[in-house]
Amino acid sequence: MEFFERFAIPHPSPAIYASMVAIGLTVIAIIAGLTYFKKWGYIWREWLTTVDHKRIGIMYLISALLMLFRGGVDAIMMRSQLAVPGNTLLDAQHYNEIFTTHGIVMILFMAMPFIIALMNFVVPLQIGARDVAFPRLNALSFWLFFFAAMLFNISFVVGGSPDAGWTSYFPLAGNEHSPHVGTNYYMIAIQIAGLGTLMTGINFIVTILKMRAPGMTLMKMPMFTWSALITNVIIVFAFPVLTIALAMGTMDRLFGTHFFSIDNGGMDMLWANLFWVWGHPEVYILILPAFGIYSEVISTFARRNLYGYKSMVASMVIISLFSFLVWVHHFFTMGQGAFVNSIFSVTTMAIAVPTGIKIFNWLFTLWKGKIVMTTPMLYSMLFIPIFTIGGVTGVMLGMSAADYQYHNTMFLVAHFHLVIIPGVVFAMLAGLTYWWPKMFGFMLNERIGKWAAWLIAVGTCVAFFPMFISGLDGQARRMYTYSEATGFGFWNMLSFIGAGILAIGFVLIVYNIYYSTRYATRDIGADPWDARTLEWATHSPVPEYNFAITPEVNSSEALWDEKKKGHKLFKGSYQEIHMPSKSGVPFIMSAIFFVFGFAMIFSLWILAIVSLLGIFACLIHRSFEQDHGYHISVKEIEETEAKMGGAKG
Amino acid sequence: MSFLFFTIITVLTGCGNLLVLDPKGPQAQTQADVIMISIWTMLFVVIVVFALLAYMLIKYRASKQSDDYEPPHIEGSKVMESIFVGIPVIIIIFLSIVSVKSNYAVESTPEGYEDQEPLVIYASSSNWKWHFSYPEQDIETVNYLYIPTDRALEFKLYSHGPITSFWVPQLGGQKYAMADMVTTLHLAADVPGEFFGRNANFSGKGFAHNTFNVNAVPPAEFEEWVDEVKETASPITEDRFQELLEPGHLGQLTFTGTHLEFSPAPEHNHGGSQSHDKHDGHENHDHHEKHEDHEEEESSDHHHH
Repeated sequence: MEFFERFAIPHPSPAIYASMVAIGLTVIAIIAGLTYFKKWGYIWREWLTTVDHKRIGIMYLISALLMLFRGGVDAIMMRSQLAVPGNTLLDAQHYNEIFTTHGIVMILFMAMPFIIALMNFVVPLQIGARDVAFPRLNALSFWLFFFAAMLFNISFVVGGSPDAGWTSYFPLAGNEHSPHVGTNYYMIAIQIAGLGTLMTGINFIVTILKMRAPGMTLMKMPMFTWSALITNVIIVFAFPVLTIALAMGTMDRLFGTHFFSIDNGGMDMLWANLFWVWGHPEVYILILPAFGIYSEVISTFARRNLYGYKSMVASMVIISLFSFLVWVHHFFTMGQGAFVNSIFSVTTMAIAVPTGIKIFNWLFTLWKGKIVMTTPMLYSMLFIPIFTIGGVTGVMLGMSAADYQYHNTMFLVAHFHLVIIPGVVFAMLAGLTYWWPKMFGFMLNERIGKWAAWLIAVGTCVAFFPMFISGLDGQARRMYTYSEATGFGFWNMLSFIGAGILAIGFVLIVYNIYYSTRYATRDIGADPWDARTLEWATHSPVPEYNFAITPEVNSSEALWDEKKKGHKLFKGSYQEIHMPSKSGVPFIMSAIFFVFGFAMIFSLWILAIVSLLGIFACLIHRSFEQDHGYHISVKEIEETEAKMGGAKG
Repeated sequence: MSFLFFTIITVLTGCGNLLVLDPKGPQAQTQADVIMISIWTMLFVVIVVFALLAYMLIKYRASKQSDDYEPPHIEGSKVMESIFVGIPVIIIIFLSIVSVKSNYAVESTPEGYEDQEPLVIYASSSNWKWHFSYPEQDIETVNYLYIPTDRALEFKLYSHGPITSFWVPQLGGQKYAMADMVTTLHLAADVPGEFFGRNANFSGKGFAHNTFNVNAVPPAEFEEWVDEVKETASPITEDRFQELLEPGHLGQLTFTGTHLEFSPAPEHNHGGSQSHDKHDGHENHDHHEKHEDHEEEESSDHHHH
């Protein structure tokens, strides 16, 4: 029995038992459904083994949306618990687990896959490539992320979720203060997902540097591709730090080392430093692609070229450098003194300058434009004011002396939600709506889309503005309850109402997907938004080879030039196209990673060794595999192009 | 949304009863001033951005333009971009000066209090309590503080467990208490009163209730309180202290003596550059005394294991 005790939940509740049943039923339903409709082969051939960047992008997208709802449910539970003083809906332990998983799920299993989804789908199309540089590595990246997300998500029904905060500071996260396996899930699941992200970083840098269409010099890349390039450079520099920190944390928890413990020479603040040396660049990993999306959307719907292209690129490069020079502002209060704090205070505030350049360039892209308020544009226009408020409060937090009063309070919580939600989430929703027709061949309903955008924007403001006030009134973050005498009740009730409005907004998005899938017209052509960049020059949805003929590019708005200036994108005739083969190995290898992770979390050493051997077997198999891909013949291209309504290049 | 923002500004400026903006000591006053300076400066930025956005959206809507209007191709302009950079740079330089000055201010003995010897209080946290040791008075309290007004206070912070953060919003901002080093927080109270204090850094299950009370009283009254404690309280013993460290919540307790005598603060465990400096022989005299404590502590550490 002792063996099985480790899998038990340390503090069960009816909600958790209900979730267990729900997870069980869902799994049974999926298996039964696939069997009944005889879809196993289809799923395996078309999705589980695919190396097509578009399908991988769509799988990232579905995963991100699922995780958005998981993280959103966490958020609703937290806001419900705090809605009234002295609430007993959740106890301290549950609340701690929920805010911990909310942070991790939203940052690492929602926002990250969401940006990677859009990068996957859009970047190869924007640069006129057939796929990414390493298609199979791309599949491995996705499946590692996916299985890591699944591993992390079973934590609340098997063994217990992490409860030391998404920052997981030691010694709280050490064995003494967090004895159950929750933090092992944190260390191992994030490690596996992080490996996938690092591979994505390398893959996209190579793709963007080596596979651009003829004529597309670096300074003729669309802005989203620029943002993706810089983001992936940051990934490659930042993620190894997380890898190391997690490895050290894992060894502390599983093998009795003392990197972060408070005795035997360990250093608890070392974890905090390593975490934020990764963690702050991570914020820019999320926000830069979002900036790229806004640049595309604002330019498209202002019907004008992007104002200040060069300064947009320069500001992103500067942001990427500065992102590694500000991490100490996450713990100005650690006692490093006025000198160190002053340096990091100045670097932190300095980031506002390149960010300000971007805001002004977007504003001046509107200048003399012809603004069409579509759903993606609406998100962008709601982003600017809300993000500005979030951004200027960031400057306030950057003033180290004042930060001693904001740190660890709801003021901080208000700030980072008011940058991440308009900055990243609005951008993802704008990008989703914008590129949806390219992905699926029909558009999302504009009326429902705009309702959702307004609800989400209003909900964001109502949920997070009150936190500025309760923070300045002394409400610390991560408190599972507070007494009536504190006077926090009113502000928290407002936040709860805001969270409800946000939830309705997100439900509307799901409804919109259902509604539009059912009723939207499929007759939209290749370029329904009258856009400017290459991805709109091929069919919607996109054929597997992307472009029948590789486009030739003369500017960052090649399609616009074709439409308005007589530039010819596609010259020459169809040639045989070389494509990468499908492979089941990434899926299988990642599944073994899942088993390996599970074995490590529960200290099942034999299983861990066996699965590790399995992983090596997959690597060895790949090393000796001879696979040169396959070719699509000219005849097949002609047939596909004809079926898709005439040649597009 | 802008309605909400202005509501916030009204609340912040109108009724100054938010704890952080209702300072009762020089450090909190400095911080409240910095906060208000930054709010007004940032309000200017917000108004400029909102105004530009509103102007562009109203003036350049497609519905306001003729169907055949073709927006021009504009590359950007050196003059405009210099303005986008120049004005923010000026703002950031201004705020940087304010930030650096104020950070040095809150990291040293409060202005106007330099001439007197500060009252040193060791504040150490354990799950989920605060232990306050007064070496000068040789007394110790749990979960409440008595402090004299008009005297500089030097809090020496450390933890018996996870990282915590000592915070009395009306006296000044927070600082971490960690298990392997001692950090220093300079505070002072200008006026008598009862202030709310808490651990602000998440430290596990009992975190929400990890609070304490601060009673700021005139110096004479403080001395009376010390005398009273010495007459009425029982001495703290090593066994009793170990009991107190057990995870859980306690009410307010009072002892004579301090736990520092048998369980000293971790003053010189790898305190980074600080301790190196001291080994290099830069130490002044009273640090030296503590250095000896350190050796004692190491031996008592072994004893515990």
